[in-house]
Amino acid sequence: MNNKHLLLGDEAVALGAIHAGLSGVYAYPGTPSTEITEFIQAHPLAEERNIHRHWSTNEKTAMEAALGMSYMGKRAMVCMKHVGMNVAADAFVNSAMTGTNGGLIVVAADDPSMHSSQNEQDSRFYGKFAMIPVFEPSSQQEAYNMMNDAFSFSEHYKVPVLMRLVTRMAHSRAVVETGAVREMNKMSFPSNPGDWVLMPAVARKRNVKLIGQQVDFLNESEKSIYNKYVDGKDHSLGIIACGIAYNYVMEHFKDGCPYPVLKISQYPLPVGLIRRLADECDSLLVLEDGQPVVEEMIRGVLDSGKVIKGRLTGEVPRTGELTPDNIISAMGLKDEEVYPPCELVVPRPPALCQGCGHRDMYAALNEVVREYENSRVFSDIGCYTLGFLPPYRAIHSVVDMGASITMAKGAADAGQFPSVAVIGDSTFTHSGMTGLLDAVNENSNITILISDNLTTGMTGGQDSAGTGRLEQICQGIGVAPEHIRVVVPLPKNMEEMKQVIREEIEYKGVSVIIPRRECIQTARRHNKQK
Amino acid sequence: MRTDIILSGVGGQGILSIATIIGSAAINEGLYIKQAEVHGMSQRGGDVQSNLRISSDPIASDLIPLGKVDIIISLEPMEALRYLPYLNKEGWIITNTVPFVNIPNYPDQEKLMEQIKNLKHSVAIDVDAIAKSVASPRAANIVLLGAASPFLGIETDKIEDGIRRVFERKGEAVVEMNLKAFQAGLKYAQESLNK
Ligand SMILES: Cc1ncc(C[n+]2csc(CCOP(=O)(O)OP(=O)(O)O)c2C)c(N)n1
Ligand code: SF4
Repeated sequence: MNNKHLLLGDEAVALGAIHAGLSGVYAYPGTPSTEITEFIQAHPLAEERNIHRHWSTNEKTAMEAALGMSYMGKRAMVCMKHVGMNVAADAFVNSAMTGTNGGLIVVAADDPSMHSSQNEQDSRFYGKFAMIPVFEPSSQQEAYNMMNDAFSFSEHYKVPVLMRLVTRMAHSRAVVETGAVREMNKMSFPSNPGDWVLMPAVARKRNVKLIGQQVDFLNESEKSIYNKYVDGKDHSLGIIACGIAYNYVMEHFKDGCPYPVLKISQYPLPVGLIRRLADECDSLLVLEDGQPVVEEMIRGVLDSGKVIKGRLTGEVPRTGELTPDNIISAMGLKDEEVYPPCELVVPRPPALCQGCGHRDMYAALNEVVREYENSRVFSDIGCYTLGFLPPYRAIHSVVDMGASITMAKGAADAGQFPSVAVIGDSTFTHSGMTGLLDAVNENSNITILISDNLTTGMTGGQDSAGTGRLEQICQGIGVAPEHIRVVVPLPKNMEEMKQVIREEIEYKGVSVIIPRRECIQTARRHNKQK
Repeated sequence: MRTDIILSGVGGQGILSIATIIGSAAINEGLYIKQAEVHGMSQRGGDVQSNLRISSDPIASDLIPLGKVDIIISLEPMEALRYLPYLNKEGWIITNTVPFVNIPNYPDQEKLMEQIKNLKHSVAIDVDAIAKSVASPRAANIVLLGAASPFLGIETDKIEDGIRRVFERKGEAVVEMNLKAFQAGLKYAQESLNK
């Protein structure tokens, strides 16, 4: 059998997990992590083994369900983009306190340079915060190999393990050689059932245990095959290269790097190896994608007053992803002379697809809110965020999933009228429902548009958790049925849509308008399948 | 051998299928390959690009450094020029001439083409028209692949095998259509080189 495959980093993680005997993946879509779950959903072995692979409502529900599967002794994986870690954080941090039974890997895909995200947060902080090991692959092959090792680590020490990817690892392809396929774990209850009840007395005991394990985790890092000390002739500089930063260093030295390089792909930081590098070199350069996590840490580890260069000192740009280019001067190399950028080229921002229902929704909303002197439209995350750009310029805020409804409520509490929220169907079930209950409980004077395209459009059209039940959900939460209005966002229905929006803005209480028409990208796909 | 390529265009034009075919040919030849793709937000009418590296030796970085790209293969003329600082001074631009105008401030088209012609090495080709005349408008990206194929460092018949493998599932007619498109692009490039 051919065991070489051209795989995205995401796919290498997915296949590594399947081959390591995964029993369930739990995830909410988010760039650049989505393809992990999609790969498993499409894989024949996942079907044959009936691996759980259905999308979750949000990252917190995903994290908790995976912990439940781990409780039953099976190997589980949770996947999300970096900001998903904020949503899952409560469950995530406390899963380190309960510990695991079956292996549990949390995959967080960071997005330095914010190719498709609202911030540049670095998930390695979460690993340190929860006091658990972090793996950070430097190649697709390593990503594949690490999955079984990380599951074994998790089962050996009974802790969850964090797998950190960045966009360029998640979304880059290379050939991966696959290994043996392991059986799935049999179901088994934990041997320490009492530890799973985190009442203070138990939690204190667990906390001591977890802190005690830090030494073991450190020893594992010091001898890990993923952390590698490569000596060099020139000891004027020592380079610490985390994850894919290692590749960018090696790109410049075809015949080997003249400086000693410490490649780091497993945390906690192997301080022994770092001390060795510091002792042997005059100065240090830290290259890491994302935030200066390691750079800050080693300033605490090394008390020698050694020169440490990195993002904090400006040798490497403080923000943005690493590239082969922006590390050149930090390594004392010269930039090559290249063509200057072409002056004719202008930006080409993304736009809502032609014919998208969000367009008709914004066209109608814009006309109605213009009838008021000072309207505010709080929006949310999804394709409809593009309503900020011309020609619509329709929205005033985008913060985090679900914030449209709660911010509109807070603004209304402050006296704003009209206070409008625009949210997508998937974002509504992800984190909008709880905020709606707050608004209902206080009969806040807000108008919510759930722009329902029957899918999670932004991330490529995954199933949306509430499809077909949005009216029921809103009614169940307590919105008056006569103020739940469904319209079809099409140019020919413009007058009707405007009338409905006008009426509901004028209603002094919570109203929900659902403009509903399928995303044209998924509609196209469905038509092809027919 | 080593060839560093940037594929560029506008979301939805089909740069990734070009990458898939080159990738398939490269793997079959036992070459190393790295390909950084773009997914996500930029897929709706925004600019997209992919870094594709193939080499007989191991490849370190997924991203190609500035000034190191051997070929820019672009389905859109302005998008070809967006990555100019990455092109090495002896590198080639192989681009479609048909602009995709979805922004109000699209630059003057004559000036764009002039810039491209002024480069040391370029092939500018109306892939849309050629695709329509020999195959189907949907094969425009394969016409472009054909035009780029003399520069890839992989023999053209190996790339044709790649086309067969990639389109096999869709039936013989689709394979044939794409091979025709490929041949037409290749012929155009050869003729323009001999001029
Ligand atoms: C916490 C968090 N999880 C995931 C994402 C990624 N993400 C952004 S928008 C979106 C889905 C939007 O779907 P929907 O609300 O239905 O709007 P549509 O894109 O379909 O218009 C997702 C998954 C995110 N930004 N934040
Ligand atoms: S992908 Fe779907 S929801 Fe997103 S802009 Fe296009 S049509 Fe609209």
